[in-house]
Amino acid sequence: MDLKLDHHNEDRLTIVEVEGEIDVYTAPRLRELLIDLVNKGNFHLLVNMEKVDFLDSTGLGVLVGGLKRVRAHDGSLELVCTQERILKIFRITGLTKVFGIYASVDEAKEAHGKDK
Amino acid sequence: MATVELTFSALPAHVRTARLVATAIARRTGVEESLLDEVRLAVGEACSRAVEAHRAHCPGEPIRIELRDDAGRFEVTVSDHAPSEEIQQEKPLDLGMLSDSFMTDFGLAVISGLADDVEVLPTPKGTDIRMSWPAGKGVPTS
Repeated sequence: MDLKLDHHNEDRLTIVEVEGEIDVYTAPRLRELLIDLVNKGNFHLLVNMEKVDFLDSTGLGVLVGGLKRVRAHDGSLELVCTQERILKIFRITGLTKVFGIYASVDEAKEAHGKDK
Repeated sequence: MATVELTFSALPAHVRTARLVATAIARRTGVEESLLDEVRLAVGEACSRAVEAHRAHCPGEPIRIELRDDAGRFEVTVSDHAPSEEIQQEKPLDLGMLSDSFMTDFGLAVISGLADDVEVLPTPKGTDIRMSWPAGKGVPTS
């Protein structure tokens, strides 16, 4: 499956919907989207990975790159993910300590609201 | 005994094909269903690493994968022809030290975390990454 990307804004949060496979071939498209969102002033990003079938280290690199970019603007990049096979990659690489990872968009929105 | 050999040019688009082939052969060899995601990801990581290395050093050279059913184990070897580089496996906990290029080392960390047995072997031409998983009674390939 290819990669499908979409995004919309809810209050101060930009929700990025990702569907399909994030690998060395498709990750550049996600990187471009994240860069474009930041360049347009969206500094609080929530990446919904519930429909991601596959994620490799290239995809991790893109997410880390996005996180560094938003943090440069005092922003945030957090994730929604409950899939064990995806979470396992974050655990192996220690990135569970770097990203906020939520079980649902609503849970992330609630947590984000408390941080305001 | 090698059951399948695959060579592909160093293009990111071919990595997915390599993943799918490896997963299909692993299933046929009798690797447990619960391990197939790990095979898919580890082989993808090894191939991605090889593709990036070839694109940097020898884009015209093909990458080779050997998939074997060897004495009850499913063994995959991904061979590249790029110059071997020092392998680092630091724990990426400090965001400041993470860059997109640093992620190359993440690939090896992921492979090590997923494969049942891993060897990274410098060769005269480049690097071999050999990974294996236990295989049960698969469907005979011949």
